[in-house]
This record gives sequence, C-alpha cells and structure tokens, in this order.
Amino acid sequence: MIEVKGLSKRFGNTQVLTDINAVFQRGKVNQIIGKSGSGKSVLAKCIVGLHVPEEGQVLYEGRSFHDMDRDQKKEVRQEIGMLFQGSALFDSLNVLQNVLFPLQMFATMSKREMEERAHFCLKRVNILDKDQLFPSELSGGMQKRVGIARAIAMNPKYLFCDEPNSGLDPQTSILIDDLIKEITEEFDITTIVITHDMNSVMETGENIIFINQGRKWWEGTKEELLNSDNKELNEFIFAGGLMRQVKKAMTGRS
Amino acid sequence: MGIIGHIGRYFLLLKDTFSRPERASIYWRRTVEEMDLLGLKSLGIVALLSFFMGAVITIQTKTNIDSPLIQAWVVGFATRQSTILEFSPTIIALILAGKVGSNIAAEIGSMRVKEQIDALDIMGVNSAGYLILPKIMASMLINPFLVMVSMFLSIFGGYIAGTATGIVGATDYLQGIQTGFIPYHVTYALIKTVVFAFIIATVSAYQGYYTRGGTREVGISSTQAVVYSNVVILIVNYALTQILLI
Repeated sequence: MIEVKGLSKRFGNTQVLTDINAVFQRGKVNQIIGKSGSGKSVLAKCIVGLHVPEEGQVLYEGRSFHDMDRDQKKEVRQEIGMLFQGSALFDSLNVLQNVLFPLQMFATMSKREMEERAHFCLKRVNILDKDQLFPSELSGGMQKRVGIARAIAMNPKYLFCDEPNSGLDPQTSILIDDLIKEITEEFDITTIVITHDMNSVMETGENIIFINQGRKWWEGTKEELLNSDNKELNEFIFAGGLMRQVKKAMTGRS
Repeated sequence: MGIIGHIGRYFLLLKDTFSRPERASIYWRRTVEEMDLLGLKSLGIVALLSFFMGAVITIQTKTNIDSPLIQAWVVGFATRQSTILEFSPTIIALILAGKVGSNIAAEIGSMRVKEQIDALDIMGVNSAGYLILPKIMASMLINPFLVMVSMFLSIFGGYIAGTATGIVGATDYLQGIQTGFIPYHVTYALIKTVVFAFIIATVSAYQGYYTRGGTREVGISSTQAVVYSNVVILIVNYALTQILLI
C-alpha cells in the first residue's frame, strides 16, 4: 500500500500540487485521472521519488520515502516497476537485454536463472517471439508490452503506468489495460495508472482519483464516477460523445 | 541558472558519478565498449589530421626560418617540439571535444528526453554513474593512446612532406627529431591528454544529463558541450603549461 499525505509541489513560483492525500491499495488498479497539465504526472513522479515535494510525505507500507537514506531509497526503488508513456526502452539493447537489465544490475541469481525470468516475463506479455528485436523495430503496443515485462522483471510490489495507452489504437489499448489488470491481480501489486483515457478508466479503474488544478478533486470507484454530481469531474469525463452515450445507457439520463 | 549554479551542479553530478557502482563488472564491460566507441572509432580522423598537421608544421617552419644561420635539422626539431608539446595533446583534444563531446551530450541528452534516465533512476540504478563513469574511464584510458599515435604520425607526416618537397633532407630531419629530446615533454603531453579527456567526458555528459525538452534542446546541449569543453580545455591548457613546464 502507498499512502500520500499532504503532498505539495511547486516549480519556482508555480504551485503544481496542493495538499494531496490519497491511499493506493494493494492488488488493485488505482487510477489518477485529470486533464493535461493538471499535475497527475508530477504527482506520480513525487510518489516514485523523481521529484522532491516541498511538503507532505509518501509512505510505502508506512515508511516515509523522503525520510529514507540513499540505500533505503534504492531498496524501495528496486520494488518499483514503471511503464513510461514513451516506454523508455533502452535503444541500444534488444528486447531480451532490456528485460534482463534490472536483473543483471540487482538480482542475485545465475545467468541462466536471469534468462529464464526474462523469458517468463516476455511470455507473460505475449512477446517472447520478438526477444531479439530492438525497440525501434517494434510497434507502439509491442514496446508497451516490453516495458511491462521489464517493469515486472524484479517482481515489484508497486507498478506505475504513465499514460499506458497513449499513442495506441483502441484495440491495443484494451489489451494493455487488461494486461495491467491481470498482472496486478496475479502478482498482488499496488498499481497506479496515470491516464486521461476514459476507456481505460472504465476498463480497469477500481480506485479512481481525479486531479484538477493540482488538487485532489474527487475520489471513488468507476460506478460512482458515472453518477457523480461533481461539475469539474463531469466536464472532464463526459467531454467525449461516447462517454455521454455510455452514461445515458447506464443511467437513463444525459 | 548562473555560472556558479552550473559549476555547483557539475560537481554534484561528479559526486554521484563517482559513487559506488552497483555491479563493477557491468561498468567495466561498458568501459570497454566506450573505449571502442569514443576512442578507436576516432582513430581515423586523428590519424588523418595528425599526418597533415605534421606536414604543414614542417613546411611552415622551413619557410619561416629559411636562413643560412639556422641549421637544417632545426626543422625536424621544431616539428617534434610543436607536435609533442602542443599540437598533438591540445589540437587533438579540441577535435575530440567536437567529435566525442557532441556524441556524449547527444546520447545522454536523448536518453533524458526519452525518459530512459528516469527509468534507470526508478529501477534504483545510479544513472549518473552508470552512464557517465564508463565514458570518463574510457576517455582517460584511450585518449593517451590516440595522442601517442598522433605524435608519431605528425612527426612522420613532417618527414614525408619535408623529404618529398626537398625542403629538408632525411638525415637532417631525423637528426632534428632526436636532438635535445626531453622525455618529460611526453609525460607532460600525456598528463594534459588525461586531464583533457576528463574535461571532454564530464562537461559533455553534464550538458547531456541536464537536457530538458525535446530534440531541439538535445541539439543545443550537443553544441554547448563542444563550446564549453573547448573553452575549459584552453583555460586548463594554460594553467597546466604554467604548472608543469615552468
């Protein structure tokens, strides 16, 4: 479980996040949604320690990340897997080497065991047959799969996915969403997905946090999302015609 | 950010770079790869430049000191001294700052804007150490070799130009390059080379590591890497010459 308490972050004179409080539950796909520029990616980067907040705490199983020393932070980071918006695969390494990378850096296992683990992860995301290709030879969806395989290689306790569907067609998006949900349940991971894709929210969202103007504006489940009377949330989720029709079909009102 | 801020951040980056590696064997393997990429792949340009540099030094020396009072072997002597003391260590360092420095800044800068450095940090890898330390080690190990090749080819280029054009005889030239040879001058040149290698790798890596934005900013970082490396090399060259030769 990850807990965020009173987190605030600013860049120069720009206040990006203000007093964010949230709990991200284990074994669930927790989603942070919001408009572009609302501060959701900054929140994620504060949680994983890439940004240092001016105020507040991030607690990993009750341990404050920003109060940890360098080695303790390193240990926590080895329990984190992250899927980046652009996949962030290493261009000079092939698919197998990308997945092997965290194992080679940290795992205390033999070369053969590392390869078995990497093959297992690639098989889990259905891309084992592409293990010798380089990232530039893969489609966007395949790169995301490899990104997920690399993220789960070290058996993480926490999985962060930054816009996992960006740049993907709807079908591939659903496959990636399903994969994230399956992996979360299968390995009992605390997963945090940052997205503004409402399809993804309706597909996998269990605990949803809406960030607006750098503040936590709303929190609930996807069922509650459709019936919320929060004005800003409604403006965000029903901006598209498809979601308006979904609401009409489900609630009988537009 | 002001210049003091940049200097402070540069030294903080160096501190991270030299912190304990996660897996020394991986760092060593990367160092060997970088020696090939940053060093051996520069051998061609270094060889070409050095040969013609020596040839030009010989011809210019001869045309500028064409006097019956000056002995013929002085051309060889002047070519050797200019090559060893200044041209090979400094000019080759400036050329490598252009070729290798821009390569380092562009590579690390691209990794930054593609979030690959963030990926390393989140995994718990010391990204500064993993990316920069092998480049520093590789440059400091391979550049002295490049400069020694450069010294030989420059003096050889002078010999070929001198004898082919007939402005200096082979015997006079060979006598010149052996006259008054001080081995310490080679040591001095190699010390400069190692220091310049460190400057090229670290200044360029600094520019790349703190790139923000997109491809345009990667280009800007690459250019700044070359400019700042050259400026620092020239200033440090003066300081080292004063410290080591006077």
